[in-house]
Amino acid sequence: MTATQDRPAAEIGKDRRRKEDQRLITGRTRWTDNITLPGMLHLAMVRSPFAHASITSIDVEAAKASPNVVGVFTGKDFGEELGACINAWPITPDQKTPAHSPMPADRVAFAGEIVAVVVARSVAEARDAAELVDVEYEELPAVIGIKNALKDEVLAHPELGTNKSALWVFDSGEAGTGTDAEAAIEEARANGIVIEREYRQQRLIPAFMEPRSVVVDPTGEQITMWSATQIPHILRFALAATTGVPESKIRVIAPDVGGGFGGKLQVTPEEWVAWAVARRLAKPVKYTETRSESLMAAHHGRDQVQTLTLAADKDGKVTGLKVHLDADLGSYVAIVGGGVPVLGAFMFNAIYKFPSYRFECQTVLTNTTFTDAYRGAGRPEATYAIERLMDELAAEVGVDPLEIRERNWITHEEFPFTTVAGLEYDTGNYEAATAKAKEAFGYDELRREQAERRERGDRVQLGIGVSTFTEMCGLAPSRVLGSLDYGAGGWEHASVRMTPLGKVEVVTGASAHGQGHETAFSQIVADRLGVPFEDVEVLHGDTQVAPKGLDTYGSRSLVVGGEALVRAVDKVIDKAKVLAAHLLEANPDDLDYSGGRFTVRGTDQGTAIQELATATFAGHNYPDGMELSLDADATYDPVNFNYPHGTHLCAMEVDTETGAVKMRKYTCCDDIGVIINPLIVAGQVHGGLVQGIAQALWEEAVHDDSGTLVSGSFVDYLLPTAADTISFDVVHTDDPSVCTTNTLGTKGVGEAGTIASTPAVVNAVVDAVRHLGVNDIQMPCTPERVWRAIHANDGDAVTPADAMPHFQEGALNQDEGAGQ
Amino acid sequence: MTPLTLEWLMTKIELTVDGAAVSDDVEPRMLLVQYLREKLGKTGTVIGCDTSNCGACTVHLNGTSVKSCNVLAVQANGSTVTTIEGLADAAEGELHPVQEAFRECHGLQCGFCTPGMIMQAVDLLAENPSPTEEEVRLGMEGNLCRCTGYHNIVKSVLHAAGQTEGAKA
Repeated sequence: MTATQDRPAAEIGKDRRRKEDQRLITGRTRWTDNITLPGMLHLAMVRSPFAHASITSIDVEAAKASPNVVGVFTGKDFGEELGACINAWPITPDQKTPAHSPMPADRVAFAGEIVAVVVARSVAEARDAAELVDVEYEELPAVIGIKNALKDEVLAHPELGTNKSALWVFDSGEAGTGTDAEAAIEEARANGIVIEREYRQQRLIPAFMEPRSVVVDPTGEQITMWSATQIPHILRFALAATTGVPESKIRVIAPDVGGGFGGKLQVTPEEWVAWAVARRLAKPVKYTETRSESLMAAHHGRDQVQTLTLAADKDGKVTGLKVHLDADLGSYVAIVGGGVPVLGAFMFNAIYKFPSYRFECQTVLTNTTFTDAYRGAGRPEATYAIERLMDELAAEVGVDPLEIRERNWITHEEFPFTTVAGLEYDTGNYEAATAKAKEAFGYDELRREQAERRERGDRVQLGIGVSTFTEMCGLAPSRVLGSLDYGAGGWEHASVRMTPLGKVEVVTGASAHGQGHETAFSQIVADRLGVPFEDVEVLHGDTQVAPKGLDTYGSRSLVVGGEALVRAVDKVIDKAKVLAAHLLEANPDDLDYSGGRFTVRGTDQGTAIQELATATFAGHNYPDGMELSLDADATYDPVNFNYPHGTHLCAMEVDTETGAVKMRKYTCCDDIGVIINPLIVAGQVHGGLVQGIAQALWEEAVHDDSGTLVSGSFVDYLLPTAADTISFDVVHTDDPSVCTTNTLGTKGVGEAGTIASTPAVVNAVVDAVRHLGVNDIQMPCTPERVWRAIHANDGDAVTPADAMPHFQEGALNQDEGAGQ
Repeated sequence: MTPLTLEWLMTKIELTVDGAAVSDDVEPRMLLVQYLREKLGKTGTVIGCDTSNCGACTVHLNGTSVKSCNVLAVQANGSTVTTIEGLADAAEGELHPVQEAFRECHGLQCGFCTPGMIMQAVDLLAENPSPTEEEVRLGMEGNLCRCTGYHNIVKSVLHAAGQTEGAKA
């Protein structure tokens, strides 16, 4: 496990500029929508404007007669041939899972669902004709919102008889990983502190910048699908499993993919419809969604109501936690939709030593866009809940929020530590991360300034928010996934090929969409194999090139895919050693390998890996029994998750008169083990932070009562801009807690910023106004919500309606002080 | 009645794109970005939204940045358009200082917003060669990025500004 220390680590830890960038900064890119094939046809989707309706009839004649239209198809035209959108993670054996057709023929279950597809020679002609498709609907009552769904009065899918999809429970008392949470709560009600809260995890939209796009070419022996997806391998599996085309006849390519954040971890109706049309017409087709379609029909994330009970003794030592989640799946149980909140189940206890824990998650179906993974997937929700609660507990006990955490966290001497949720955290050092973050942030000075502002009664108050997070990532040990009823494994595959002239081709089953794998993986191979960084070519995202893999999500590419790579490289070295010994006429045991060369100990004899690659290609001289190849494959199945952690500190200024909030400073110290490329790590952290901050302050997907998405464009869905954000202080501990379950000692970082930052920001906003009687503000913390929270209890209530005609004589609020 | 067709409305445009004179008959409704992508194959310029919020399609029209989804192709008649592909002679291995700065400062991840970001940054620096961080943030406000959190984009633009100044001095 200490292999990295044995070799000169020239590349690992270096802030290499990315190999990917040259083509991206010059516009020589291969986005799916850039692909044009001879005779290609274009698709436009006709989507339901109703959240819930029966399809009475569809008249396609006018559309068919439109210029250059080649065909118009509905669900009825395809039937079984369409296949199905799969749910790969039924979280309980009795989960209610509605059938999910890519293009239903009889009934739609959310506004935006596809009911017909128009095929034409150009995009514009397809869209023009789509306007002419006349669909008759009979509107059905729609159920919108978690609390409505729970009532089971209106059903999202009447044939299921209920909106309740599954109830998943973990109880530490029953599991034997801790004691009974109910008993702890009862005890605390009598002799301690009980904090009870309901937190709302609003619905978010991943909003990757590249809209989803799919091209299907059925003209070869294999049918090729290019898709803007995170999961080419899973996509191929699902196409084969649901459309009857053998896997061997399917090639899926994820070319340049413009961001995903979980939003492209899906098998989509659009892909399946394009697949069916291309096969039917035997012509290449392309479909690229508009942004409005993307916001409406690509899956959403989060959307939970969290009912939380935290029990503690009078000193603030937590004795138990009970969590009840109600999670909105939307209209269908998407590929891992039900599993997302379950991923949070193991993280509510976070970095703390809670003796008892109970978790329940009720998933519900509604007539809204289906939900699924969005950066962090389950873990941001859990982290938000517990980090908000720890601040509330600190307020109750009357100590600093960091002090209350220290009373409860696992100390660095206690690792490895088995948590109340049953996970074994291998390493961590919460004290070190917190100390470093505090110092970089200037915690004590900011606390002083906060006290002064409070003392003076400043209009703009300062709040300091804390989030000491951990997460389980590197999805995932296959056996663990099996025990959770997930339909697939969590291994990863890599190949290393030595070319005749001594270059190295690295094939990975991970599928990057902005993460910089080509650079980071090159660094790993360059170090381990001892070849120049420039000589390593990383190939991925094409099932014909990288036939095996489980793709990119859950901060897994480096910790799982990287380990597969290390093992493949080691096999190459082992194979080369046999040839080197033969050519050098030496005993293999006398050979050392370093810097890409085998040397015979005690002599000046040696040979380079590149020379051995050429010798293997020639095949003129090699030992009997040696297979004439240096290439190697490795499949790695992790034995555990890994557990990055960090302390995030945020200072927010809150204008108590207007409710406006402004970020003053944000500092984070993440301990992610060994860092391969600090530049890429910082980028991941920055981007993650802003996504988490955006949940706290700006973003919310809103369906109105009839189920129409009213935040259906970038005008309404508030993605932050450069002007809304600040520069961050990103630091790391001097002596990171190295992961013990992979050779490189790395931990995942892709989701860290998003998981940690949301509670840090809300804690800061609440902290700024806690002295005004505020102990919660619902996300996103808009100026209106902040203002209302400040004035909830002071009689300075919302302006009454009769104050509205401002300019009539005698009306309220005409002059300063009037009507107050 | 014959089906509605816009054939008779086709309009001839002539313009210069990335140094090359081009001429086409286009529908009056065709957007400049569609013209660049679909007619000229200038796929370096991309489409990220349909409400002119994201700025991914930013190009220079007669030397000034525009969102090319917000300009009709016919409006560009007689104009000079520069896209990310014509900013520097990549075939010769050249990079514009702003392109170089984005690579140097890790100002991109997935790279989808990057052409628009770079084109906007070039325009911003042409107007204000030594911007403050605040001015960069305000000047780049019309371009959305989902990967970088803007931290390194802002850094890239400031870095490019420093370099530009250095080159002048």
